[in-house]
Amino acid sequence: MAHAPAVAHGGGHTTSTGTENRKLLMWIFLGSECLFFGSLIATYLVFKHQVIERGIGPFPVDVTIDGVSHHGILDIPLTSTSTFVLLMSSVTMVLAVYGAQHARMKMMKLGLLATMVLGLTFLGFQVYEFRTFGHEGLNLTTNLFGATFFVLTGFHGTHVGVGVLYLGSMLAASFRRNGLGRDTGAHVEIAGLYWHFVDIVWIVIFTVLYLIP
Amino acid sequence: MATVAGTLAQPTHTGVWSWITTVDHKRIGVLYGVSGFSFFLWGGLLALLMRTQLAVPNGTVIESDRFSQLFTMHALTMIFLAIMPMGAGFFNYMIPLMIGARDVAFPRLNALSYWTFLGGASILSLSFFFEAPGGGWFNYAPLSERPYSDGSGIDFYVVGLLTLGLSSLMAALNFAVTIINLRAPGMTMMRMPVFVWMTFVISVLLILALPPLTVGLIQLLFDRQFGTHFFIATEGGDPLLWQHIFWVFGHPEVYILILPAMGIVSEVLPTFSRKPLFGYPAVVFSGIAIAVLSWVVWSHHMFTTGMGSVPRAVFAVNTMIIGVPTGIKVFNWLATLYGGSIRFTTAMYFAVAFIATFTIGGISGVMHASPPVDSQHQDTYFVVAHLHYVLFGGAIMGIFAGIYYWFPKMTGRFLSEALGRWHFWLLFIGMNMTFFPMHFLGIAGMPRRIYTYDDGLDWGFWNMFATIGSYVIAVSLLIFLVNFFRSVRQEPTAEANPWNAPTLEWGTSSPPPEHDFDAIYTVRARDPLWYDRDHGIAPPEVTGEHIHMPPPSYYPILIAIGITLLGVGALSHLAVSALGGVIAYYGVWGWALEPTD
Repeated sequence: MAHAPAVAHGGGHTTSTGTENRKLLMWIFLGSECLFFGSLIATYLVFKHQVIERGIGPFPVDVTIDGVSHHGILDIPLTSTSTFVLLMSSVTMVLAVYGAQHARMKMMKLGLLATMVLGLTFLGFQVYEFRTFGHEGLNLTTNLFGATFFVLTGFHGTHVGVGVLYLGSMLAASFRRNGLGRDTGAHVEIAGLYWHFVDIVWIVIFTVLYLIP
Repeated sequence: MATVAGTLAQPTHTGVWSWITTVDHKRIGVLYGVSGFSFFLWGGLLALLMRTQLAVPNGTVIESDRFSQLFTMHALTMIFLAIMPMGAGFFNYMIPLMIGARDVAFPRLNALSYWTFLGGASILSLSFFFEAPGGGWFNYAPLSERPYSDGSGIDFYVVGLLTLGLSSLMAALNFAVTIINLRAPGMTMMRMPVFVWMTFVISVLLILALPPLTVGLIQLLFDRQFGTHFFIATEGGDPLLWQHIFWVFGHPEVYILILPAMGIVSEVLPTFSRKPLFGYPAVVFSGIAIAVLSWVVWSHHMFTTGMGSVPRAVFAVNTMIIGVPTGIKVFNWLATLYGGSIRFTTAMYFAVAFIATFTIGGISGVMHASPPVDSQHQDTYFVVAHLHYVLFGGAIMGIFAGIYYWFPKMTGRFLSEALGRWHFWLLFIGMNMTFFPMHFLGIAGMPRRIYTYDDGLDWGFWNMFATIGSYVIAVSLLIFLVNFFRSVRQEPTAEANPWNAPTLEWGTSSPPPEHDFDAIYTVRARDPLWYDRDHGIAPPEVTGEHIHMPPPSYYPILIAIGITLLGVGALSHLAVSALGGVIAYYGVWGWALEPTD
């Protein structure tokens, strides 16, 4: 097949650009995801000041309305911790990709497992945060801060959850007799692209929602 | 499945199961095309009902609620279930052939796109048995919110479009990768046929335009199901936010509908003028320019919402600028015809008519670009006239040009030219009879979407005229159906390249074998078959090597059923969604572990 790059399927064959089809697919898909999260973040920014103007709390940050001061609901130290956990999961993901590409299966499996555990820990923080906010009277219907916050961070959490399922499925499949097959390196690398993207999106969300007053 | 090229006959796969499990891009293209055309007829029937109601003042055929459902479903059906899938039918069938490949990059993902489309289309269309959406295709808030639309219609709209969006996204990803990565040796980007270029451009548009729509639909879903207030002004929400989100998607979508037709016409005109496309790079770059500019014009749909004068001026100028690359294309097509040795086949009739009718729609579009003029046109029949000139006079004319042009390639048979002329002329006359008077009605003040009007407004004559025109269109489509069914029963007589066309899809037999090409072409110029002919280069030699084709798979339809159930659950009971999720996840596992070698 050396002279026929136009074979009908992906996987290790020559392509016009030299980039593997599935990897290219993931890159373009992540481009699409940028617009998805971009639209959600834009909605948050559109309503950010409107929430304070309407004066129906809870509010994201400390505000004083008509002489009454309201306590901001966002807990930056807590979320900084969970952000750190998620960032560390990118490190373990890199180790998993390294292991997969250098035929060090044990390293790959441990890396995948650690990434999943860190991802689940992040989700645990998120569940705790959501519950706390609920107790403090913030839910989807309270005000538009609640609506935009829960939808944006909720969809990010869903992406982390899908990522955990993705890595978990791959980890489970790696215990089969043939493991992940001859494309192990590519499979894990592509999963890594997704995982890093979800991480990077969180850095943007954390900055826009929590750090910028 | 494996075939030794040129020595063994093509294996024959028949029966329903072979279609359900197919991953062959040609078969999926046929599925898309046939489904799309069926929905085109269905959407046309809805339009006929509306025209019948509007034929005379104070019509009594349809009452007002049903009329709202009819125009909403007519638009949704034509846009999402007819024009887009018919375009997708051509992409699927033609793109791998035109770039000299043996299939798309992800054959199973291709099948999954089709079955997900069918699931979303079913959800949207079956809403007629419950309550069809009646908020117009752009479904403005707050009309779409719970207090004003309490029935299930809007929920069908949301879930249907989310499912269809997923299908389009998967298809667009697949074709972007296919066009980037599976080109034959020597097929550089600037040697690709214009239809391939336009497919690439709209794939990118879809990949970037669908997420905002998805977000808007999710927000509307949350408003309706979980009590948020994104678009409810009394609770601090912003109805205009929906308009912005929708048109950020909606305006690129307009070009997603028209660019395939532009691509088809750019194939048909050179072939039947027997000379290369005039100004190929200009045509390609103006297509790209249209795509880029389509992102900065969305607010021209919102000139009357009180955006302020600066945004109105900016969007007015942007909208006028987008007329420039469109005009470049029109002049390049005309220059292609100029001095050519023209053969007036039916495909050529449609392609030439496309230039004329699309230009009329383009010009009325530039008129709307001026905010003061637009304030007069907003929500009148003038807008209806404009959009039908670009979508019917543009997209549908282009699609028919493509059907007549590629029919011999797809079936090995020719459509009758005599019946084709009848079809063309009746369609052309009927289309202009129907839509041209709408300009007059709009300027006379007739609002769009009204289900009836009083006598004495002087609207009766042109409405009757338009209704007669719509029945002429219906007759022309019946003639096309007769032509189609007569042709498919004939003996296949088409040779590989009956039109003497320049592009690679004509370099294999008609219809093509399952593996598309017995031997892969090496591309040496922009119009490869003409170049090879003129330089005495023989077709590539068949080496008899083993050609591996992917085996059929039932996982795509299984996952699509899961995805559809996820949507159905949002309309009924969450347990259905859970079941759908489990089925989809099982399907993904089966998919991942299925051997493809």
